[in-house]
Amino acid sequence: MKDKYEAVIGLEVHAQLKTKTKMFCGCKNEFTNEPNIHVCPVCLGMPGSLPVINKKAVELAVKAALALNCKIHKKSIFARKHYFYPDLPKNYQITQYEEPFATDGYLIIEKKDGTKKKIRIKRIHMEEDAGKNIHEEHFSKVDLNRAGVPLIEIVSEPDISDPEEARLYMQKLRDILVWIGVTDGNLEEGSLRCDANVSIRPKGSKELGTKVEIKNLNSFRFIEKALRYEINRQIEAVKKGEKIIQETRLYDSQKDITKSMRTKEEAEDYRYFPDPDLPPLIIEDEWLEEIKASLGELPDEFKERVIKEYKIKEYDADILSRDKTLAYFFEEAAKSYKGEAQRVSNIILSDLLGILKEEKIELKDVPFPASYIGELLNLVDENIISLRVAKEEVLPEMVKTGKSPKVIVEEKGLKQISDTSEIEKIIKESFKNNPKAVKQYKIGDERKKQKAVQFFIGQVMKATKGKANPKLARDLIIKLLEEEN
Amino acid sequence: MAKFNIEKVAYLSRIAISEEEKKELEPQLEKILEFVESLNELDTSNIDPKFNVVEMFARLREDIPHLSLPREKALENAPETDGKYFIVPKIVKK
Repeated sequence: MKDKYEAVIGLEVHAQLKTKTKMFCGCKNEFTNEPNIHVCPVCLGMPGSLPVINKKAVELAVKAALALNCKIHKKSIFARKHYFYPDLPKNYQITQYEEPFATDGYLIIEKKDGTKKKIRIKRIHMEEDAGKNIHEEHFSKVDLNRAGVPLIEIVSEPDISDPEEARLYMQKLRDILVWIGVTDGNLEEGSLRCDANVSIRPKGSKELGTKVEIKNLNSFRFIEKALRYEINRQIEAVKKGEKIIQETRLYDSQKDITKSMRTKEEAEDYRYFPDPDLPPLIIEDEWLEEIKASLGELPDEFKERVIKEYKIKEYDADILSRDKTLAYFFEEAAKSYKGEAQRVSNIILSDLLGILKEEKIELKDVPFPASYIGELLNLVDENIISLRVAKEEVLPEMVKTGKSPKVIVEEKGLKQISDTSEIEKIIKESFKNNPKAVKQYKIGDERKKQKAVQFFIGQVMKATKGKANPKLARDLIIKLLEEEN
Repeated sequence: MAKFNIEKVAYLSRIAISEEEKKELEPQLEKILEFVESLNELDTSNIDPKFNVVEMFARLREDIPHLSLPREKALENAPETDGKYFIVPKIVKK
Protein backbone atom coordinates (compact mmCIF):
# COMPACT_ATOMS: atom_id res chain seq x y z
CA MET A 1 0.00 0.00 0.00
CA LYS A 2 1.29 3.40 -0.91
CA ASP A 3 2.63 4.95 2.29
CA LYS A 4 -0.11 7.12 3.71
CA TYR A 5 -3.27 5.36 2.55
CA GLU A 6 -5.04 2.15 3.34
CA ALA A 7 -7.81 0.37 1.47
CA VAL A 8 -11.14 -0.77 2.86
CA ILE A 9 -12.71 -3.61 0.91
CA GLY A 10 -15.97 -5.48 1.21
CA LEU A 11 -17.07 -8.27 -1.12
CA GLU A 12 -20.52 -9.21 -2.32
CA VAL A 13 -20.55 -12.75 -3.58
CA HIS A 14 -23.38 -14.42 -5.46
CA ALA A 15 -23.49 -18.20 -5.53
CA GLN A 16 -25.90 -20.23 -7.66
CA LEU A 17 -27.40 -23.00 -5.59
CA LYS A 18 -27.12 -26.58 -6.84
CA THR A 19 -30.83 -27.43 -6.95
CA LYS A 20 -32.70 -29.35 -9.62
CA THR A 21 -35.26 -26.60 -10.08
CA LYS A 22 -35.50 -22.82 -9.88
CA MET A 23 -36.13 -20.77 -6.75
CA PHE A 24 -39.85 -20.17 -7.22
CA CYS A 25 -40.97 -22.57 -9.95
CA GLY A 26 -40.30 -26.13 -11.10
CA CYS A 27 -38.37 -25.19 -14.25
CA LYS A 28 -35.01 -26.93 -14.45
CA ASN A 29 -32.00 -25.19 -12.97
CA GLU A 30 -29.63 -26.52 -15.59
CA PHE A 31 -27.29 -24.86 -18.03
CA THR A 32 -28.13 -25.42 -21.68
CA ASN A 33 -27.20 -23.80 -24.95
CA GLU A 34 -30.81 -23.93 -26.14
CA PRO A 35 -32.31 -20.58 -25.14
CA ASN A 36 -35.70 -20.23 -23.48
CA ILE A 37 -36.51 -23.88 -22.91
CA HIS A 38 -36.53 -23.84 -19.09
CA VAL A 39 -39.22 -21.21 -18.73
CA CYS A 40 -42.81 -21.12 -17.46
CA PRO A 41 -45.41 -18.49 -16.53
CA VAL A 42 -43.77 -17.92 -13.11
CA CYS A 43 -40.22 -17.21 -14.28
CA LEU A 44 -41.49 -15.36 -17.36
CA GLY A 45 -43.36 -13.00 -15.05
CA MET A 46 -46.77 -13.65 -16.55
CA PRO A 47 -49.71 -12.02 -14.78
CA GLY A 48 -51.53 -14.27 -12.36
CA SER A 49 -48.66 -16.66 -11.78
CA LEU A 50 -47.44 -17.15 -8.22
CA PRO A 51 -44.03 -18.03 -6.79
CA VAL A 52 -43.60 -21.05 -4.49
CA ILE A 53 -40.34 -21.38 -2.56
CA ASN A 54 -38.06 -24.33 -3.34
CA LYS A 55 -37.39 -26.21 -0.09
CA LYS A 56 -34.05 -27.54 -1.29
CA ALA A 57 -32.88 -24.01 -2.11
CA VAL A 58 -33.64 -22.95 1.46
CA GLU A 59 -31.86 -26.01 2.80
CA LEU A 60 -28.71 -25.28 0.77
CA ALA A 61 -28.81 -21.62 1.73
CA VAL A 62 -29.04 -22.53 5.42
CA LYS A 63 -26.20 -25.01 5.00
CA ALA A 64 -24.00 -22.29 3.55
CA ALA A 65 -24.93 -19.89 6.34
CA LEU A 66 -24.14 -22.49 9.00
CA ALA A 67 -20.78 -23.27 7.42
CA LEU A 68 -20.04 -19.54 7.52
CA ASN A 69 -20.88 -19.32 11.23
CA CYS A 70 -23.99 -17.20 10.71
CA LYS A 71 -26.93 -16.66 12.96
CA ILE A 72 -29.97 -18.21 11.28
CA HIS A 73 -33.20 -16.29 11.63
CA LYS A 74 -36.28 -18.37 12.14
CA LYS A 75 -38.38 -15.89 10.22
CA SER A 76 -37.30 -14.06 7.10
CA ILE A 77 -39.06 -11.96 4.50
CA PHE A 78 -38.91 -11.87 0.72
CA ALA A 79 -39.04 -8.43 -0.87
CA ARG A 80 -39.37 -7.03 -4.33
CA LYS A 81 -36.47 -5.01 -5.72
CA HIS A 82 -37.68 -2.96 -8.64
CA TYR A 83 -35.70 -2.08 -11.70
CA PHE A 84 -36.16 -2.27 -15.43
CA TYR A 85 -33.95 -4.44 -17.52
CA PRO A 86 -34.96 -6.93 -20.21
CA ASP A 87 -33.39 -9.89 -18.38
CA LEU A 88 -35.82 -9.35 -15.50
CA PRO A 89 -39.27 -10.13 -16.87
CA LYS A 90 -41.28 -9.22 -13.76
CA ASN A 91 -39.54 -5.81 -13.53
CA TYR A 92 -38.65 -6.73 -9.99
CA GLN A 93 -36.32 -9.27 -8.49
CA ILE A 94 -37.49 -11.33 -5.56
CA THR A 95 -34.83 -11.00 -2.90
CA GLN A 96 -34.49 -10.53 0.84
CA TYR A 97 -33.97 -7.03 2.10
CA GLU A 98 -34.91 -5.97 5.59
CA GLU A 99 -35.06 -9.40 7.15
CA PRO A 100 -32.56 -11.80 5.57
CA PHE A 101 -32.45 -15.39 6.78
CA ALA A 102 -28.85 -15.18 8.03
CA THR A 103 -26.60 -12.52 9.56
CA ASP A 104 -23.46 -12.10 11.66
CA GLY A 105 -21.14 -14.79 10.35
CA TYR A 106 -17.44 -14.92 9.64
CA LEU A 107 -14.73 -16.88 7.98
CA ILE A 108 -11.05 -17.11 8.73
CA ILE A 109 -8.42 -16.62 6.07
CA GLU A 110 -4.82 -17.63 6.39
CA LYS A 111 -2.23 -15.36 4.86
CA LYS A 112 1.03 -16.37 3.25
CA ASP A 113 3.01 -15.65 6.40
CA GLY A 114 0.73 -17.95 8.39
CA THR A 115 -1.19 -15.21 10.20
CA LYS A 116 -4.92 -15.67 10.42
CA LYS A 117 -7.57 -13.03 9.95
CA LYS A 118 -11.24 -13.10 10.66
CA ILE A 119 -13.43 -11.57 7.98
CA ARG A 120 -16.94 -10.90 9.26
CA ILE A 121 -19.97 -11.67 7.15
CA LYS A 122 -22.71 -9.14 7.52
CA ARG A 123 -25.56 -11.04 5.97
CA ILE A 124 -26.61 -13.78 3.59
CA HIS A 125 -29.86 -13.62 1.72
CA MET A 126 -31.70 -15.67 -0.85
CA GLU A 127 -32.77 -14.28 -4.20
CA GLU A 128 -33.44 -15.20 -7.80
CA ASP A 129 -31.04 -14.83 -10.69
CA ALA A 130 -31.85 -12.78 -13.79
CA GLY A 131 -31.79 -14.02 -17.38
CA LYS A 132 -29.07 -13.39 -19.91
CA ASN A 133 -28.84 -10.66 -22.53
CA ILE A 134 -26.88 -11.10 -25.71
CA HIS A 135 -26.10 -7.81 -27.36
CA GLU A 136 -26.13 -7.66 -31.15
CA GLU A 137 -25.40 -4.74 -33.44
CA HIS A 138 -28.92 -3.32 -33.65
CA PHE A 139 -30.87 -5.22 -31.01
CA SER A 140 -30.44 -7.40 -27.95
CA LYS A 141 -31.54 -11.00 -27.45
CA VAL A 142 -32.92 -12.30 -24.17
CA ASP A 143 -32.63 -15.85 -22.83
CA LEU A 144 -34.60 -16.47 -19.66
CA ASN A 145 -33.35 -19.98 -18.79
CA ARG A 146 -31.38 -18.48 -15.91
CA ALA A 147 -34.18 -16.20 -14.72
CA GLY A 148 -35.32 -17.50 -11.35
CA VAL A 149 -32.32 -19.71 -10.62
CA PRO A 150 -31.73 -19.69 -6.84
CA LEU A 151 -28.87 -17.59 -5.54
CA ILE A 152 -27.45 -16.65 -2.22
CA GLU A 153 -25.72 -13.32 -1.81
CA ILE A 154 -23.01 -13.25 0.82
CA VAL A 155 -22.10 -9.76 1.96
CA SER A 156 -18.90 -9.29 3.93
CA GLU A 157 -18.18 -6.47 6.34
CA PRO A 158 -15.47 -4.10 5.06
CA ASP A 159 -12.84 -6.08 6.98
CA ILE A 160 -10.61 -6.78 4.00
CA SER A 161 -7.56 -4.53 3.81
CA ASP A 162 -5.74 -5.51 0.65
CA PRO A 163 -6.19 -7.29 -2.69
CA GLU A 164 -4.48 -10.46 -1.49
CA GLU A 165 -6.87 -10.77 1.44
CA ALA A 166 -9.79 -10.30 -0.96
CA ARG A 167 -8.55 -13.20 -3.09
CA LEU A 168 -7.94 -15.40 -0.06
CA TYR A 169 -11.43 -14.65 1.26
CA MET A 170 -12.97 -15.51 -2.09
CA GLN A 171 -10.96 -18.75 -2.38
CA LYS A 172 -11.83 -19.81 1.13
CA LEU A 173 -15.48 -19.02 0.53
CA ARG A 174 -15.46 -21.02 -2.68
CA ASP A 175 -13.69 -23.97 -1.06
CA ILE A 176 -16.24 -24.10 1.76
CA LEU A 177 -19.31 -23.72 -0.45
CA VAL A 178 -18.11 -26.36 -2.91
CA TRP A 179 -17.08 -28.70 -0.07
CA ILE A 180 -20.57 -28.67 1.44
CA GLY A 181 -22.14 -29.14 -1.99
CA VAL A 182 -24.05 -25.87 -2.10
CA THR A 183 -22.67 -24.58 -5.42
CA ASP A 184 -20.43 -25.57 -8.33
CA GLY A 185 -18.32 -22.55 -7.49
CA ASN A 186 -17.17 -21.87 -11.01
CA LEU A 187 -16.17 -18.23 -11.41
CA GLU A 188 -15.49 -18.44 -15.13
CA GLU A 189 -18.93 -19.90 -15.83
CA GLY A 190 -20.63 -17.54 -13.42
CA SER A 191 -22.03 -19.97 -10.87
CA LEU A 192 -20.01 -17.90 -8.39
CA ARG A 193 -19.77 -14.13 -8.92
CA CYS A 194 -17.97 -11.44 -7.06
CA ASP A 195 -18.42 -7.68 -6.81
CA ALA A 196 -16.12 -5.58 -4.67
CA ASN A 197 -16.71 -2.35 -2.80
CA VAL A 198 -13.49 -0.48 -2.30
CA SER A 199 -12.52 2.85 -0.82
CA ILE A 200 -9.34 4.37 0.54
CA ARG A 201 -8.61 6.49 3.59
CA PRO A 202 -5.60 7.93 5.34
CA LYS A 203 -3.90 5.21 7.35
CA GLY A 204 -5.31 4.95 10.84
CA SER A 205 -8.41 6.96 10.03
CA LYS A 206 -11.70 5.60 11.26
CA GLU A 207 -13.89 7.23 8.66
CA LEU A 208 -14.76 5.48 5.42
CA GLY A 209 -13.98 7.07 2.08
CA THR A 210 -16.38 7.20 -0.87
CA LYS A 211 -16.79 3.65 -2.10
CA VAL A 212 -16.59 2.44 -5.64
CA GLU A 213 -18.18 -0.81 -6.76
CA ILE A 214 -16.23 -3.05 -9.15
CA LYS A 215 -17.99 -5.65 -11.22
CA ASN A 216 -16.86 -8.43 -13.53
CA LEU A 217 -14.31 -10.06 -11.27
CA ASN A 218 -14.64 -13.51 -12.75
CA SER A 219 -11.40 -15.11 -11.64
CA PHE A 220 -9.34 -15.13 -8.46
CA ARG A 221 -6.49 -13.45 -10.29
CA PHE A 222 -8.76 -10.69 -11.60
CA ILE A 223 -10.07 -9.95 -8.10
CA GLU A 224 -6.56 -9.23 -6.96
CA LYS A 225 -5.50 -7.35 -10.08
CA ALA A 226 -8.63 -5.22 -10.37
CA LEU A 227 -8.44 -4.18 -6.73
CA ARG A 228 -4.76 -3.38 -7.02
CA TYR A 229 -5.46 -1.15 -10.00
CA GLU A 230 -8.48 0.50 -8.40
CA ILE A 231 -6.74 1.26 -5.11
CA ASN A 232 -3.84 2.88 -6.95
CA ARG A 233 -6.25 4.84 -9.12
CA GLN A 234 -8.04 6.20 -6.06
CA ILE A 235 -4.80 7.08 -4.27
CA GLU A 236 -3.48 8.91 -7.34
CA ALA A 237 -6.76 10.78 -7.70
CA VAL A 238 -6.82 11.88 -4.06
CA LYS A 239 -3.18 12.95 -4.26
CA LYS A 240 -4.09 15.17 -7.21
CA GLY A 241 -6.82 16.69 -5.11
CA GLU A 242 -9.63 15.01 -7.05
CA LYS A 243 -12.78 13.76 -5.42
CA ILE A 244 -13.70 10.07 -5.63
CA ILE A 245 -17.12 9.66 -7.20
CA GLN A 246 -19.47 6.96 -5.98
CA GLU A 247 -19.87 4.84 -9.08
CA THR A 248 -19.86 1.36 -10.55
CA ARG A 249 -16.77 0.39 -12.50
CA LEU A 250 -16.16 -2.57 -14.73
CA TYR A 251 -12.90 -4.48 -14.73
CA ASP A 252 -11.36 -4.84 -18.17
CA SER A 253 -9.03 -7.82 -17.85
CA GLN A 254 -7.46 -7.29 -21.28
CA LYS A 255 -6.22 -3.83 -20.41
CA ASP A 256 -6.02 -4.53 -16.66
CA ILE A 257 -7.93 -1.37 -15.76
CA THR A 258 -11.31 -0.51 -14.26
CA LYS A 259 -13.59 1.81 -16.21
CA SER A 260 -16.61 3.76 -15.18
CA MET A 261 -19.87 2.01 -16.02
CA ARG A 262 -22.44 4.37 -14.69
CA THR A 263 -22.25 7.20 -12.25
CA LYS A 264 -24.80 7.06 -9.51
CA GLU A 265 -26.03 10.61 -9.97
CA GLU A 266 -29.18 9.75 -8.18
CA ALA A 267 -29.16 7.08 -5.56
CA GLU A 268 -30.78 4.02 -7.10
CA ASP A 269 -34.38 3.81 -6.13
CA TYR A 270 -35.32 0.17 -5.99
CA ARG A 271 -38.52 0.77 -4.02
CA TYR A 272 -38.16 -2.38 -1.96
CA PHE A 273 -41.26 -3.70 -0.30
CA PRO A 274 -42.32 -7.08 1.09
CA ASP A 275 -43.52 -9.33 -1.70
CA PRO A 276 -47.24 -9.79 -1.08
CA ASP A 277 -47.10 -13.08 -3.01
CA LEU A 278 -44.81 -14.65 -0.44
CA PRO A 279 -45.68 -15.00 3.23
CA PRO A 280 -42.75 -15.00 5.66
CA LEU A 281 -40.39 -17.95 5.43
CA ILE A 282 -40.15 -19.95 8.63
CA ILE A 283 -37.19 -22.17 9.34
CA GLU A 284 -38.41 -24.40 12.17
CA ASP A 285 -35.90 -25.43 14.85
CA GLU A 286 -36.35 -29.06 14.03
CA TRP A 287 -35.53 -28.50 10.38
CA LEU A 288 -32.55 -26.35 11.31
CA GLU A 289 -31.22 -29.15 13.52
CA GLU A 290 -31.62 -31.61 10.66
CA ILE A 291 -29.65 -29.35 8.33
CA LYS A 292 -26.98 -28.86 10.98
CA ALA A 293 -26.65 -32.60 11.35
CA SER A 294 -26.27 -33.05 7.60
CA LEU A 295 -23.48 -30.52 7.35
CA GLY A 296 -20.69 -32.93 8.28
CA GLU A 297 -17.07 -32.00 8.69
CA LEU A 298 -15.93 -28.64 7.29
CA PRO A 299 -12.58 -28.08 5.53
CA ASP A 300 -10.86 -26.48 8.54
CA GLU A 301 -12.10 -29.23 10.83
CA PHE A 302 -10.86 -31.87 8.41
CA LYS A 303 -7.47 -30.17 8.20
CA GLU A 304 -7.03 -30.00 11.94
CA ARG A 305 -8.13 -33.60 12.39
CA VAL A 306 -5.88 -35.16 9.75
CA ILE A 307 -2.84 -33.34 11.08
CA LYS A 308 -3.57 -34.81 14.49
CA GLU A 309 -4.78 -38.23 13.46
CA TYR A 310 -2.48 -38.97 10.53
CA LYS A 311 0.53 -36.81 11.46
CA ILE A 312 0.85 -35.37 7.98
CA LYS A 313 2.47 -32.04 7.17
CA GLU A 314 0.30 -28.97 7.57
CA TYR A 315 1.09 -28.00 4.01
CA ASP A 316 -0.33 -31.30 2.74
CA ALA A 317 -3.38 -31.08 4.99
CA ASP A 318 -4.04 -27.63 3.62
CA ILE A 319 -4.02 -28.84 0.01
CA LEU A 320 -6.17 -31.85 0.87
CA SER A 321 -8.72 -29.71 2.71
CA ARG A 322 -9.38 -27.60 -0.36
CA ASP A 323 -11.15 -30.40 -2.20
CA LYS A 324 -13.55 -32.79 -0.52
CA THR A 325 -13.04 -35.62 -3.01
CA LEU A 326 -9.29 -35.40 -2.60
CA ALA A 327 -9.57 -35.11 1.18
CA TYR A 328 -11.55 -38.30 1.66
CA PHE A 329 -9.64 -40.13 -1.04
CA PHE A 330 -6.55 -39.51 1.03
CA GLU A 331 -8.21 -40.64 4.23
CA GLU A 332 -9.50 -43.86 2.73
CA ALA A 333 -6.09 -44.60 1.26
CA ALA A 334 -4.36 -43.82 4.55
CA LYS A 335 -6.68 -46.19 6.38
CA SER A 336 -5.65 -49.10 4.20
CA TYR A 337 -1.94 -48.43 4.59
CA LYS A 338 0.05 -49.87 7.45
CA GLY A 339 2.90 -47.35 7.39
CA GLU A 340 3.13 -43.59 7.84
CA ALA A 341 0.26 -41.68 6.28
CA GLN A 342 2.63 -38.98 5.04
CA ARG A 343 3.76 -41.45 2.38
CA VAL A 344 0.16 -41.82 1.23
CA SER A 345 -0.14 -38.06 0.98
CA ASN A 346 3.14 -37.90 -0.97
CA ILE A 347 2.14 -40.47 -3.55
CA ILE A 348 -1.32 -38.93 -4.01
CA LEU A 349 -0.26 -35.29 -4.22
CA SER A 350 2.91 -35.64 -6.22
CA ASP A 351 2.43 -38.79 -8.27
CA LEU A 352 -1.25 -39.62 -8.67
CA LEU A 353 -2.40 -36.04 -9.31
CA GLY A 354 0.39 -35.66 -11.87
CA ILE A 355 -0.72 -38.76 -13.75
CA LEU A 356 -4.35 -37.65 -13.63
CA LYS A 357 -3.45 -34.25 -14.99
CA GLU A 358 -1.54 -35.83 -17.84
CA GLU A 359 -4.34 -38.27 -18.63
CA LYS A 360 -6.97 -35.54 -18.16
CA ILE A 361 -8.93 -37.61 -15.64
CA GLU A 362 -10.75 -36.11 -12.66
CA LEU A 363 -10.06 -37.67 -9.29
CA LYS A 364 -13.71 -38.58 -8.88
CA ASP A 365 -13.51 -40.62 -12.11
CA VAL A 366 -10.48 -42.65 -11.07
CA PRO A 367 -11.39 -46.29 -11.79
CA PHE A 368 -10.01 -47.80 -8.59
CA PRO A 369 -10.88 -47.41 -4.91
CA ALA A 370 -8.62 -45.22 -2.76
CA SER A 371 -7.71 -48.27 -0.68
CA TYR A 372 -5.60 -49.50 -3.64
CA ILE A 373 -3.15 -46.65 -2.93
CA GLY A 374 -2.66 -48.07 0.55
CA GLU A 375 -2.25 -51.57 -0.86
CA LEU A 376 0.29 -50.28 -3.35
CA LEU A 377 2.43 -48.83 -0.58
CA ASN A 378 2.02 -51.99 1.46
CA LEU A 379 3.58 -53.91 -1.44
CA VAL A 380 6.54 -51.55 -1.28
CA ASP A 381 6.94 -52.06 2.46
CA GLU A 382 6.70 -55.82 2.04
CA ASN A 383 9.59 -55.62 -0.45
CA ILE A 384 7.44 -57.03 -3.19
CA ILE A 385 8.06 -54.02 -5.43
CA SER A 386 10.31 -50.99 -5.18
CA LEU A 387 8.89 -47.52 -4.66
CA ARG A 388 10.10 -46.57 -8.12
CA VAL A 389 8.21 -49.45 -9.72
CA ALA A 390 5.17 -48.56 -7.63
CA LYS A 391 5.14 -44.97 -8.85
CA GLU A 392 6.28 -45.40 -12.40
CA GLU A 393 4.88 -48.77 -13.44
CA VAL A 394 2.02 -49.84 -11.21
CA LEU A 395 0.28 -46.54 -10.45
CA PRO A 396 -0.13 -45.42 -14.10
CA GLU A 397 -1.48 -48.90 -14.90
CA MET A 398 -3.98 -48.61 -12.03
CA VAL A 399 -5.24 -45.33 -13.47
CA LYS A 400 -5.53 -46.86 -16.92
CA THR A 401 -7.16 -50.17 -16.00
CA GLY A 402 -8.55 -49.84 -12.49
CA LYS A 403 -6.87 -53.14 -11.61
CA SER A 404 -5.53 -53.74 -8.13
CA PRO A 405 -1.79 -53.27 -7.56
CA LYS A 406 -1.40 -56.98 -6.71
CA VAL A 407 -2.96 -58.04 -10.00
CA ILE A 408 -0.83 -55.58 -11.98
CA VAL A 409 2.39 -56.73 -10.28
CA GLU A 410 1.43 -60.31 -11.03
CA GLU A 411 0.37 -59.74 -14.65
CA LYS A 412 3.31 -57.56 -15.61
CA GLY A 413 5.84 -59.66 -13.69
CA LEU A 414 7.00 -56.66 -11.68
CA LYS A 415 7.67 -58.60 -8.54
CA GLN A 416 10.96 -57.54 -7.11
CA ILE A 417 13.73 -60.11 -6.89
CA SER A 418 14.56 -60.65 -3.23
CA ASP A 419 16.18 -64.00 -3.68
CA THR A 420 19.74 -63.57 -2.37
CA SER A 421 21.33 -66.32 -4.44
CA GLU A 422 19.75 -65.02 -7.64
CA ILE A 423 20.98 -61.49 -7.07
CA GLU A 424 24.41 -62.75 -6.05
CA LYS A 425 24.65 -64.62 -9.32
CA ILE A 426 23.92 -61.45 -11.25
CA ILE A 427 26.40 -59.43 -9.21
CA LYS A 428 29.18 -61.93 -9.72
CA GLU A 429 28.46 -61.93 -13.41
CA SER A 430 28.74 -58.14 -13.58
CA PHE A 431 31.99 -58.24 -11.57
CA LYS A 432 33.40 -60.53 -14.22
CA ASN A 433 32.32 -58.15 -16.98
CA ASN A 434 33.62 -55.05 -15.25
CA PRO A 435 36.95 -55.84 -13.60
CA LYS A 436 37.96 -52.15 -13.77
CA ALA A 437 35.16 -51.09 -11.49
CA VAL A 438 36.02 -53.89 -9.04
CA LYS A 439 39.57 -52.65 -9.01
CA GLN A 440 38.45 -49.10 -8.52
CA TYR A 441 36.65 -50.23 -5.35
CA LYS A 442 39.69 -52.03 -4.15
CA ILE A 443 42.18 -49.17 -4.47
CA GLY A 444 39.98 -46.11 -4.52
CA ASP A 445 39.14 -43.67 -1.76
CA GLU A 446 35.72 -43.52 -0.12
CA ARG A 447 34.24 -41.47 -2.96
CA LYS A 448 35.53 -43.87 -5.60
CA LYS A 449 34.23 -46.83 -3.59
CA GLN A 450 30.78 -45.27 -3.50
CA LYS A 451 30.91 -44.66 -7.20
CA ALA A 452 31.77 -48.29 -7.86
CA VAL A 453 28.88 -49.50 -5.69
CA GLN A 454 26.52 -47.16 -7.50
CA PHE A 455 27.78 -48.48 -10.81
CA PHE A 456 27.09 -52.09 -9.85
CA ILE A 457 23.63 -51.25 -8.56
CA GLY A 458 22.97 -49.82 -12.00
CA GLN A 459 24.26 -53.00 -13.60
CA VAL A 460 22.09 -55.21 -11.45
CA MET A 461 19.02 -53.08 -12.12
CA LYS A 462 19.72 -53.21 -15.81
CA ALA A 463 20.07 -56.96 -15.76
CA THR A 464 16.86 -57.39 -13.75
CA LYS A 465 14.90 -54.66 -15.53
CA GLY A 466 14.72 -52.74 -12.28
CA LYS A 467 13.18 -55.58 -10.36
CA ALA A 468 16.02 -56.33 -7.96
CA ASN A 469 15.29 -55.31 -4.40
CA PRO A 470 17.50 -52.21 -4.31
CA LYS A 471 18.44 -52.41 -0.65
CA LEU A 472 19.25 -56.07 -0.82
CA ALA A 473 21.26 -55.55 -4.02
CA ARG A 474 23.25 -52.77 -2.42
CA ASP A 475 24.07 -54.81 0.69
CA LEU A 476 25.11 -57.80 -1.40
CA ILE A 477 27.28 -55.72 -3.72
CA ILE A 478 29.20 -54.22 -0.81
CA LYS A 479 29.56 -57.61 0.85
CA LEU A 480 30.84 -59.27 -2.33
CA LEU A 481 33.17 -56.40 -3.19
CA GLU A 482 34.69 -56.65 0.26
CA GLU A 483 35.08 -60.38 -0.23
CA GLU A 484 36.91 -59.76 -3.50
CA ASN A 485 39.60 -57.99 -1.49
CA MET B 1 -44.77 22.59 -4.31
CA ALA B 2 -46.44 19.32 -5.02
CA LYS B 3 -46.04 16.60 -2.40
CA PHE B 4 -46.01 14.08 -5.11
CA ASN B 5 -43.17 14.08 -7.62
CA ILE B 6 -44.99 12.69 -10.60
CA GLU B 7 -42.00 13.06 -12.90
CA LYS B 8 -39.87 10.83 -10.74
CA VAL B 9 -42.57 8.23 -10.42
CA ALA B 10 -43.15 8.27 -14.17
CA TYR B 11 -39.44 7.87 -14.76
CA LEU B 12 -39.13 5.00 -12.28
CA SER B 13 -42.06 3.27 -13.95
CA ARG B 14 -40.71 3.98 -17.43
CA ILE B 15 -44.03 5.54 -18.43
CA ALA B 16 -44.04 8.57 -20.71
CA ILE B 17 -46.70 11.10 -19.74
CA SER B 18 -47.59 14.41 -21.39
CA GLU B 19 -47.83 17.78 -19.62
CA GLU B 20 -51.61 17.52 -19.78
CA GLU B 21 -51.64 14.10 -18.24
CA LYS B 22 -49.35 15.35 -15.53
CA LYS B 23 -51.79 18.12 -14.67
CA GLU B 24 -54.60 15.64 -14.56
CA LEU B 25 -52.82 12.87 -12.65
CA GLU B 26 -50.88 14.82 -10.08
CA PRO B 27 -53.86 16.04 -8.03
CA GLN B 28 -55.47 12.60 -8.27
CA LEU B 29 -52.40 10.84 -6.95
CA GLU B 30 -51.97 13.42 -4.25
CA LYS B 31 -55.49 12.75 -3.12
CA ILE B 32 -54.78 9.05 -2.90
CA LEU B 33 -51.70 9.78 -0.82
CA GLU B 34 -53.68 12.02 1.48
CA PHE B 35 -56.23 9.30 1.91
CA VAL B 36 -53.58 6.75 2.81
CA GLU B 37 -51.95 9.26 5.09
CA SER B 38 -54.94 9.11 7.40
CA LEU B 39 -53.61 5.73 8.49
CA ASN B 40 -50.80 7.55 10.24
CA GLU B 41 -53.29 9.02 12.67
CA LEU B 42 -53.48 5.68 14.42
CA ASP B 43 -51.03 5.10 17.23
CA THR B 44 -49.19 1.88 16.32
CA SER B 45 -46.28 2.26 18.69
CA ASN B 46 -47.35 -0.81 20.65
CA ILE B 47 -47.85 -3.05 17.65
CA ASP B 48 -45.15 -5.11 15.96
CA PRO B 49 -44.66 -4.34 12.28
CA LYS B 50 -46.45 -6.82 10.08
CA PHE B 51 -45.17 -7.67 6.68
CA ASN B 52 -48.35 -9.33 5.61
CA VAL B 53 -51.94 -8.62 6.33
CA VAL B 54 -52.62 -12.20 7.28
CA GLU B 55 -50.32 -14.06 9.63
CA MET B 56 -49.43 -17.11 7.62
CA PHE B 57 -46.24 -18.69 6.53
CA ALA B 58 -44.82 -19.71 3.22
CA ARG B 59 -45.45 -23.22 2.04
CA LEU B 60 -42.45 -24.83 0.50
CA ARG B 61 -42.23 -26.93 -2.63
CA GLU B 62 -40.15 -30.08 -3.16
CA ASP B 63 -37.28 -29.71 -5.61
CA ILE B 64 -38.89 -31.68 -8.40
CA PRO B 65 -38.84 -30.40 -11.99
CA HIS B 66 -42.11 -29.73 -13.78
CA LEU B 67 -42.55 -29.49 -17.51
CA SER B 68 -41.60 -26.07 -18.80
CA LEU B 69 -43.47 -24.29 -21.56
CA PRO B 70 -42.70 -25.31 -25.11
CA ARG B 71 -40.54 -22.55 -26.53
CA GLU B 72 -43.10 -21.52 -29.16
CA LYS B 73 -45.59 -21.00 -26.35
CA ALA B 74 -43.12 -19.04 -24.26
CA LEU B 75 -42.31 -16.74 -27.15
CA GLU B 76 -45.89 -16.46 -28.39
CA ASN B 77 -46.61 -13.08 -26.80
CA ALA B 78 -43.21 -11.55 -27.50
CA PRO B 79 -43.40 -8.38 -29.58
CA GLU B 80 -40.40 -9.65 -31.49
CA THR B 81 -38.62 -13.00 -31.61
CA ASP B 82 -36.35 -15.01 -33.86
CA GLY B 83 -37.95 -18.24 -32.72
CA LYS B 84 -35.32 -18.78 -30.02
CA TYR B 85 -34.86 -15.51 -28.19
CA PHE B 86 -36.96 -12.58 -27.08
CA ILE B 87 -35.74 -9.67 -29.20
CA VAL B 88 -35.61 -6.27 -27.52
CA PRO B 89 -34.27 -2.86 -28.57
CA LYS B 90 -30.54 -2.52 -28.26
CA ILE B 91 -29.58 -2.23 -24.58
CA VAL B 92 -25.94 -1.22 -24.66
CA LYS B 93 -23.96 0.90 -27.05
CA LYS B 94 -21.39 -1.11 -28.94
